[in-house]
Amino acid sequence: MTTEDIEHLAALLKQRSGLILGTEKTYLIESRLSPVARKEGFSNVAALLTSLRTRRDEKLIYAVTDAMTTNETFFFRDKTPFDQFKSDVLPALAKARLSGDLKIWCAACSTGQEPYSLAMMMEELRPQYPRIKLDILATDISERCLEKAQAGLYTQFEVQRGLPIQMMVKHFEKVDDMWRLSSKIRQAVRFKKLNLLEDLRLVGRQDVVYCRNVLIYFDIETKRRVLEQISTLLPDDGFLFLGAAETVLGITDAFKPMPGTRGLYIKNPAASTSAMPRLRAGAA
Amino acid sequence: MKTCLVVDDSRVIRKVARRILENLQFEVSEAADGLEALNACKATMPTAILLDWNMPVMDGITFLRQLRKEEGGTEPVVVFCTTENDMSHITEALTEGASEYIMKPFDGDILEAKFSEVGLI
Repeated sequence: MTTEDIEHLAALLKQRSGLILGTEKTYLIESRLSPVARKEGFSNVAALLTSLRTRRDEKLIYAVTDAMTTNETFFFRDKTPFDQFKSDVLPALAKARLSGDLKIWCAACSTGQEPYSLAMMMEELRPQYPRIKLDILATDISERCLEKAQAGLYTQFEVQRGLPIQMMVKHFEKVDDMWRLSSKIRQAVRFKKLNLLEDLRLVGRQDVVYCRNVLIYFDIETKRRVLEQISTLLPDDGFLFLGAAETVLGITDAFKPMPGTRGLYIKNPAASTSAMPRLRAGAA
Repeated sequence: MKTCLVVDDSRVIRKVARRILENLQFEVSEAADGLEALNACKATMPTAILLDWNMPVMDGITFLRQLRKEEGGTEPVVVFCTTENDMSHITEALTEGASEYIMKPFDGDILEAKFSEVGLI
């Protein structure tokens, strides 16, 4: 791999998906792109990278961007964001939305475990909230992930990570070696391809946004742009969930942490502007 | 200290489970079949039981039924850990009072997640 090829790949990834190549890049490139190189008929990853730089093959560019994206996820990941939905978010919104319609957006949903966890949880809470209707939109940049998500077909390993056995029994059926989610839960989630670098206003108004473990891959400008666009989609009483290791601190004042919680954010009425990129000392 | 009885006829599986559970701060004891496990429970009821299904002498589900009839036998949290992975086995286990169900092969992450799911850690 030449430095030139790696730099070209880094620029391409940033432009296409916002992904910033980390420091351990050679290892990451090698492990993620080896299967792509093999599949596309290149002798090795270096040959693939050279071709990527010299030819403008959209199909190849897409395959590479897709393979470099991290898709790690599991049912009820980190637990807290689901507990908080139950204890704080749902009671507040159920009171505030007399229609009972709640719009939830899972940004970067990967293979669907996060939106499906919400849908299953809502089923459990149905007796307490008979009026509530969740409209769950789940988006991701990867078509490969979205296909898997929509099929609702998971391996034995995947259904054992984070999913309580009672829920598995209730909502899954065994199909050969795989486990298929019931059509009822699958139909509760709308999947759509979306790149977070696009204009997010197209997503429309939402009440709750889950945007977990994706901003960590972006540079600070991209983080700020995504967060500030999300803030324009949310009403003043909306909620934002970020990953356990993520924060808005030092990035934007559009959101502030919800007191007494971790990873849960509400809109900041004192925000200086909304959705307008601005420079701040020390931020870059 | 929380105690866990690992019931499996495979010495290798018992060893793997022991290592994971000791890392989770459990004091671990072992039994190679259901009858051995039942005798161990009659002596001291453990906090948790990690239970295989197919074993010689007495299988896991028979052990579980017997256990629940013993004095103090409703106390231990039972987590199945077996290659039986069809819905009928799983529902039978839950009906008989198992709290969780692990389908082999398993790893430390799965065991930890399942134990935390039922409040053992």
